[in-house]
Formats: sequence, C-alpha cells, structure tokens
Amino acid sequence: MTTKETSTVVQSAPSVTSYLKSHMRDYGMLIALVVIMGMFQFLTDGTLMRPVNLTNLFLQNSYIIIMAIGMLLVIVAGHIDLSVGSVAGFIGALAAVMSVNYDLPTILVVPVCLVVGLIIGGLQGYWIAYWKIPAFIVTLAGMLVFRGLTLALLEGQSVGPFPKSFQLLSTGFIPDVFGVGRPNVTALVLGVLAASSIVFLAARSRSRALKYGIQDEPFSFFIVKNALVAIAIIYLSYLLSTYRGLPNVLMTMAVLIAVYTFLTNSTTIGRRIYALGGNVKAAKLSGINTERLTFLTFANMGMLAALAGLIFAARLNTATPKAGFAMELDVIAAVFIGGASMTGGVGKIIGAVIGAFIMGVMNNGMSILGIGIDWQQVIKGLVLLAAVIFDVYNKQKAR
Amino acid sequence: MGCFMENIILEMRSITKTFPGVKALDAVNLKVRAGEIHALVGENGAGKSTLMKVLSGVYPHGSYEGDILFNDETVAFTGITDSEEKGIIIIHQELALVPLLSIAENLFLGNENVEGGVINWPKTYSRTQELLAKVGLRESPSTLVGQLGVGKQQLVEIAKALAKDVKLLILDEPTAALQENDSAKLLDLLLEFKAQGISSILITHKLNEISRVADSITVIRDGASVSTLDCRAQSISEEDIIRDMVGRDMAHRYPARKNPTEEGHLGKTLLEVSNWNVWHPEAVDRQIIHDIAFNVHAGEIVGIAGLMGSGRTELAMSLFGQSYGKNVQGEVRLRGDVADLSTVPKAIKSGLAYVTEDRKELGLILEETIQTNTTLANLDRVSSKGVIDENIERQVSEDYRKALNIRTPSVFQKVMNLSGGNQQKVVLSKWLYSQPDVLILDEPTRGIDVGAKFEIYSIINELADDGKGVVMISSEMPELLGMCDRIYVMNEGRFVGELDKTNASQEKIMSMIVKA
Repeated sequence: MTTKETSTVVQSAPSVTSYLKSHMRDYGMLIALVVIMGMFQFLTDGTLMRPVNLTNLFLQNSYIIIMAIGMLLVIVAGHIDLSVGSVAGFIGALAAVMSVNYDLPTILVVPVCLVVGLIIGGLQGYWIAYWKIPAFIVTLAGMLVFRGLTLALLEGQSVGPFPKSFQLLSTGFIPDVFGVGRPNVTALVLGVLAASSIVFLAARSRSRALKYGIQDEPFSFFIVKNALVAIAIIYLSYLLSTYRGLPNVLMTMAVLIAVYTFLTNSTTIGRRIYALGGNVKAAKLSGINTERLTFLTFANMGMLAALAGLIFAARLNTATPKAGFAMELDVIAAVFIGGASMTGGVGKIIGAVIGAFIMGVMNNGMSILGIGIDWQQVIKGLVLLAAVIFDVYNKQKAR
Repeated sequence: MGCFMENIILEMRSITKTFPGVKALDAVNLKVRAGEIHALVGENGAGKSTLMKVLSGVYPHGSYEGDILFNDETVAFTGITDSEEKGIIIIHQELALVPLLSIAENLFLGNENVEGGVINWPKTYSRTQELLAKVGLRESPSTLVGQLGVGKQQLVEIAKALAKDVKLLILDEPTAALQENDSAKLLDLLLEFKAQGISSILITHKLNEISRVADSITVIRDGASVSTLDCRAQSISEEDIIRDMVGRDMAHRYPARKNPTEEGHLGKTLLEVSNWNVWHPEAVDRQIIHDIAFNVHAGEIVGIAGLMGSGRTELAMSLFGQSYGKNVQGEVRLRGDVADLSTVPKAIKSGLAYVTEDRKELGLILEETIQTNTTLANLDRVSSKGVIDENIERQVSEDYRKALNIRTPSVFQKVMNLSGGNQQKVVLSKWLYSQPDVLILDEPTRGIDVGAKFEIYSIINELADDGKGVVMISSEMPELLGMCDRIYVMNEGRFVGELDKTNASQEKIMSMIVKA
C-alpha cells in the first residue's frame, strides 16, 4: 500500500459550537484562567495586571512552570515524582556552596548543577524503570534523601549572597538593543515576532492539513482563536515593556514550553510516552522500549528540577535549607489542574502551564487582597478538586 | 431401583440465559442423581461455566429463564451465599484463595468461628486439622496458602467446601493445572465423597477421567444440552462423547480463497521453529512449552488448535520477542535465516507480527485515536529524524480505515468508542502497517459478531493470497477447519499432532487432545 497518494476525504466542517463542545477539555482551563485573571483584576482594582506585578507573577511562578513541564511527562507516562521540591532545594544549595564558598564561576556552576540534576533523576528513574519499584516509593525516598542532603550541604544555615552573574538567571532582563529603555522596544519587537510566528505556524499547518483534506476546526474559530492569542501576547509584551522589559526567566520558559510542546506533539519519543502511559502492555508489544522511556522521563525531570532550583536560589539570592519545601505539591497540582490524567496517557504541556498560571494568579491575587495563607491553602485545594471533577465530568459526558 | 424412583438431588429445567446479542444457554436441562459423579462436557464456550454460574447464583434468579429444583424444591438464588447455604459449592478453575493467609484462615474466610465477634483460634485450628485429614492433606493449618503447590491448593479449596457442609460439589476443570498423580488423588477423593453421599458435578475435558469416575455424562454444545449418557446402564465410548461434543454443521461461514495452496504448490518456507522450550516466568521450574517445532510457508494459513490453557498464547508470545516466559530456548528461522527474536523491536524488524487475543488489555491504547494506534508499531515509517509527519500519518490510517472497512466517521475517533469488530480491525491495521512476513493471530475473532467475523476471515485470506504466512490460534475448531491449510494440535505445551486440510475434522482434533 502506498502512503504518498492523496485522496480527497473532505469532512464536513462542524459548527463552532459543536466543535467547542467536543473540545471543552482542551479550552476549559484556558477559559478558567482568563476568568480568574479578570476576577482578580477587578477585585484588586487593576493591580494584578500592572506591569510590575505582571513581571513578579512570571518570576514567582517560573520555577513551578518549569517543573510542571517535566512533571507532565512523568504523569503522562503513568508515574509521579514527589522528589522535585527537594531536588530543586538541593541543587540550589549545591550552587550556593560552589559559587559562594568555592568562588566557582557561574558559567561552570550552572552546567554542573544541571548535570547533577540529570543524574539524580536518572538514578531514581533507573529503579522505577528497570526494577519496577513504584515511583511513589522511590521518589518519596528521594524527597527525604535530598531534603536531608540539602541540610547537610548547607550545614543548617543559609548561604549567600550569590555573585551578580548568577543572580541574572532570575532577576535579569533582556536589554533594549534599540536603546529606548522605556518602553522597552526589544520586548515589543520580540512579542510581535512571537505572536506572528505562532500565527504563521498555525496557518501553515492548517493549509497543509487542508491539502490532505483533513481538518475539523471551523475556519471562523481558527481566526478568532489565533487573533486572541496574538493580541494577548502582544498586549502582555507591551505591558512588560513599560516596566523593565522581558525577564530572562520568561524567555527561558517560553523556549522550554515551545521545545516540549514540539516534543510531545510531533516527535516519536513524545508519542511513545503517551502510548506507554495509555497502556504499557500494548506499548511494549508494539515494540516500544518502555523501560528506557520511563528512565529518560525521570532523568529529564531531574534536570528541569535542577534548573528550577537554580532559578529559585537566584531569585532569593540565597540558598536556604527550606528552599523547595512542598514545592512538588504545587507542581503536581498544576499538572492535574491542567487536565492530565492520574492513570497516565493524557495531558498537554500547555495544559500544565495553564494549570501553573491558575495557581500562580490565585496566589498572587489573594496575596494582594490580603487573604491569609490559611485561606489561600483552602481555596487552592478546592480549586484543584473542582478542576479534576470538571475534567472527569467532561470525560463521562463525552462517552 | 426403577428409573423414576431415583433420587434426584438437582434438576435444572430448560434454562435459558441471554446476554446482549448472544443466547448463551438455550433450554438446557441437567439432572443430577443423589450420590453420583456427574460429568459435564463440551467445547470451550459451549456454555458449561455459564450454566454453573446460573446454578450457583452468580447470575441471580430472574436474570435467566427456567427452573432449578434442589432436593425437590424450587430454589431462587440471588447470590452465591444463597446457594452455599443450601450446600451447593462451586470450585472455580481459578482458585479463590488468598495466598498470603494461612490454610486455616482461608478455610473459614467469610465463615469464621466467632464468639461475640472474636475469632476462636483454637477451634479454628482443630477444625482445620479435621478437614485437612478428610481431604488427605498433611500440612500445618498455619502454612500460608501461597507456599503450597497448585494440587495442594486445590485440596484446600475442597476442604473449604467441606467446612460449609457441602451437598453438591461442582468442580470446574479441577485437574487442568495438576500433574498426573495429583489428578489421580483428587479423583479418588471424589469417589470417597460419593461413598459418603456427596454428589459432584465434574467439568472436564479429559475423557479418561470421565470413564474412570463418572456415573453419568451431560454433553453441552452451543448453549444447548445435547445428550445425557448413563454410564451405569451402558458402556460409553470416547468416540460417542466426542461426536456429541463437536457435531455441528459448517455451512458457508468462511469466505473462499482466491488461490488456495495445494499440496506441492506451497510457497517457500517463511517461518521455521525448532526445539522451542519455554519455562514459566515465575515458577521457573515449570516448563510451559515442550520441544515445539513447526513451519509456515508463504501464502499458507496454519492453525494451532487446542483447549484454553494448552499453551498456545504462551507459545506465540514467547516467539514474539520473548514477551512470555523465562529461559526461552530454541531456534527460529525466517526465510531460511536464523532470526534473533529476543526483543519485541527485533521481532518486528525481522518481519513478525503478533495480534493478541486480548485487544483491550494488550493490543490497543484505548484513550488514543485510530490514527495513533495504527502507526504505533511502525512510527519510524511516518517520521523522519524522530519527527512525525502527521499528514502522512493521517493518510496512512485513512487508507487502512478504507481498506479494512473500519466503520467510523474519522480516524480521530478514540478506539474505545468502537465496537469489538472495528477495534480488532484497528489492531490488524497496526500490524499490517508494520510490514510483516508472518502474522500470528491469537483468537482473531474472539468476542465479535458473525458479520464482522466474516470480514476478518476475508482479510486473513487476502493476507495469505498476498504471500504472507499466517498462524491462526483459535479455540473454535470450526473456524480453524474452515480457514486453515494445515492444523497443528496442541495440548499441555506440546504439539500432539498435525492435520492437513483434507483430512482434518473436529473429531480427529478432539481425540488427539483427549487421548494425548
């Protein structure tokens, strides 16, 4: 059978409402995020979207988002990683000891820390993948071990401050090459570039799909969706440009989101991770090396946890024994709010990012409103539960 | 004693049980006399287990038609506890014991010797010892059940039945997993119970066992009781039983081949297996596959007949990347060259495909779309440098959807929303796209309706016509006879015979199995 021949299977395009209904799971959380942002924007009298607060919002949540990307892969593969908070804390401590106590240059510290994170993830993944020890147990052990090692490494004290070059990881901004400064023209240009390339890629993939005669997204929906996304990105970059421009962290995050979205959507390795999480036995019998994939997923998680640990330490400008404490819970919550399935095989990178932003906006908004940490916890817990119930409800209705 | 004066302990009158779309039992009658051993025989899927589930209340009263009389009174069981209360105890093929509890704990599970909510352990242990003595098992009551062999576990199950004051004991293939001498011991025990006035119903495929212990035999075929034979009144030959078990017509249920292979016109040998030996993955001293050798030619459909548990699936999975078993030994040649099939990717690359008998558990990612499932075993073919070209992928799955007539509006449909027949076609698409030379199809028509079966048969025929080698494993003998050029007969991990299409018959296959 040849695969090149093109047949013309034109499927009747469904209406916008029925399309939206059948993709409720995809867009539900994005709509929820917009609603939550709107609500806090109103309740805080516009403080939420003020450029300085928006910048803070990105800085505050960057490490959660970075870890949520790795955690999404772990959860899609049908596992869990409870150790990420501790690993992030440990790497922060390692970085502090290397740069502050031993005066090693940042250019060396960062790669060494990332590799250590990779090895830590790989070690945990080895037991999970090849020895079939439940991830819950292995990473619970890892959580305790690295919490303890952090304390040991720091000898129970905070170590800091970091050298200037290291701090740039978190507090740095992309300088304005056009020299205007405020508004930051570079930020604006990058925002417009990002928006137009997203629209360009979407249009190209749509036209290719149409050429093959397979496209079920209504055209009007396509236009509106992409217009909204482009406007949102340009507006955000405009807001940021009126403060100090684009934070380095935001760029790191954007690159990671793009790379991992591509990895999960378009590569064989991504496809195989979904297959492995969906039905490990069927995946194995289809010739997929499930052990190696599981191992790689955890190694990747370790590296991203290390990156998050570095950014967190740079942001606080000090490594503390308590750094990363309970962070894994926020990360896991973000992934589940973003629509991933506990049993594996289902979930999207963009969903996890949206989930992390929902948590982040709520944290930020409630703090501005002066709601105490006690009630913040209660509300976050209820939102997590509601999001998962919404997901399960949609799934049942779809059957 | 005259016939009508006989003491009937159990009578099931025209039992009819329907599942959605299938009539599993059609007016089945069963009469068991007090103090006899009654054998219930029939092919896999004939309805024996369903009948016993009706009797024990697993299918409660009201979910079937017909009457059950036990000791001359009509009974209406709503659950298994009701039937156990009357003394009807069923011992299933898969033992219902908790391996991590002791023999004593297992014997009285759900039936504990309690005084005011507290278990009386001394009484439990002494009663356990009595019961173990009755079944001839010399083990301490505190031994964990998991430490016992299958034969001894079977005895524990029977002791458990005795603990409940059993009147009618039902054993579902009790000797299937037992060694020769354990089987003999178990049958002796049944004879002993008979002397004590306990009746039993024995479901078995082993005709030598029947002639040894049974007083009467009921044969079930296609959900209907065919005959009841009284072994005390007349001598019953094994041939009589076999004829009753298999006699059904084989009208045009199978599509014709375009260019059927005839003797002397076979294609070249595609697959050649020799000295194939496999051991159980956990119980490493148990050999599951013994010295199997077989071959498949291009354009040939080769059947493997055998009862469930004869090792057919284990054979297939051990060949396919050693997905089953430990210590796999033997040689496989593909197109004449020795092939390394030690992992699934290697097996696929060598040109082997295995369509599993359990498509939901082992064959499909139910949450994913038809498209994703179709390309899963050969993703490299729709991708370059690890990046999938989704448009090509769509085209491929679309082509298979049309070629195999998968009834669905689009390839974006999740496979969990498809019917069994269409799901099976998706599994076939996946393996066709892996470009195999030899396909092993394990129960390819299990659980799908007659129309879809015909379509699957047509696809299989086309594969053979294209010059592929097909190995077809099936529990349905008519299917094998209707489809295959050659049939290997398998029993207890061995090939016990080989039949050509011209001289194969259900009787011959059955007698090879039961006489092995």
